Amino acid sequence: MGPLIPQEIIAEGWNFFIAFVVGVGFGFVLEQAGFSSSRKLAGVFYGYDTVVLKVFFTAAVTAMLGLLYFSLFDWIDLNLVWVNPTFLWSAIIGGVIMGAGFIIGGYCPGTSVCALSIGKIDAMIFFGGIFIGIFLFGETYAIIKPLYMAEYLGNIKLSDVLGISQGTLAFFVIIAALVMFYVAEIAEKNFPRKEY
Amino acid sequence: MKTKYMNPYLAGVLLGLVLLSAFFFTGRGLGASGAVKSLVVTTVDVVAPEHTAESGYYSKYTGDGKSPMKSWLVFEVLGVLIGGFLSGALAGRLKLKVEHHPNITSKKRLILAGIGGVLFGYGSQLGRGCTSGSALTGMAVLSLAGFVTMMAIFGTAFALAYFFRRNWI
Repeated sequence: MGPLIPQEIIAEGWNFFIAFVVGVGFGFVLEQAGFSSSRKLAGVFYGYDTVVLKVFFTAAVTAMLGLLYFSLFDWIDLNLVWVNPTFLWSAIIGGVIMGAGFIIGGYCPGTSVCALSIGKIDAMIFFGGIFIGIFLFGETYAIIKPLYMAEYLGNIKLSDVLGISQGTLAFFVIIAALVMFYVAEIAEKNFPRKEY
Repeated sequence: MKTKYMNPYLAGVLLGLVLLSAFFFTGRGLGASGAVKSLVVTTVDVVAPEHTAESGYYSKYTGDGKSPMKSWLVFEVLGVLIGGFLSGALAGRLKLKVEHHPNITSKKRLILAGIGGVLFGYGSQLGRGCTSGSALTGMAVLSLAGFVTMMAIFGTAFALAYFFRRNWI
């Protein structure tokens, strides 16, 4: 049955409307969880507030299990669900640069949009920074391209790399998430949390 | 005032369901930095169209009647803006302010936010997506890139946390 638009069960014209509705849900949940506060977001790196870890991994596990469940009943054709390609070096180095941006700036792009929507001026500046960063990438593309294209492994899944089934990998991801939640709960008890 | 935010596990399940519905309807997940890319490409194209045509990067998104603003992520991020605003309005959190730790001044916070944004913007293009587009969505579809990017982002932030502690604790 699904995904509905690629299989033309819903007309292509609905795509942007659905994007907007999905975005409203995304922004609403992020703000409700407290992702509109950089001090709450950065808390995970110091142990005083681990909301990022809890929300992020609960969401990943929920969507991952949902996809596997839906595919069991043929509600969704996983072959039509986009798997982002792996270019190993750019994924690592891009991630390292983003991690530095996270601890310095206190937001990521999605959370900065959420935070600026409720009036956080630091988030507006962060958003302007993203704009400049992407512009710099565009202007340095010719230089960075060899790194950007290096070590292309295809639209590959971690389960294929490890040689295990998707369900087995999902099981291990859930175990890892539960261990992290346990550590997070202990950390929050041990690090003082100020009101902000 | 202790419980002013939603329970994080409940919020995580709801966010997961939003992501799952994106997959179910459109076959693709969430994102954020891609919308800013559309904004950058559009701006450069207005200011210097011959430059976008020559660039190996911008030219992927322009020409042949292609409009970078007519993209899925642009509409999705407009939704994030509205959704965040609605939640903030309902919770009484709409307020124009610079949020920062008492250790640092507003000015320093804004400078750091700007630097962080530039880094995140650059890294998101190199890494083909940010926390939502590459890490979260990628992990949900079990993509290798999703796990690698997630670990690189969080691992680096943890590793550097010590050096930036004065700004946060």
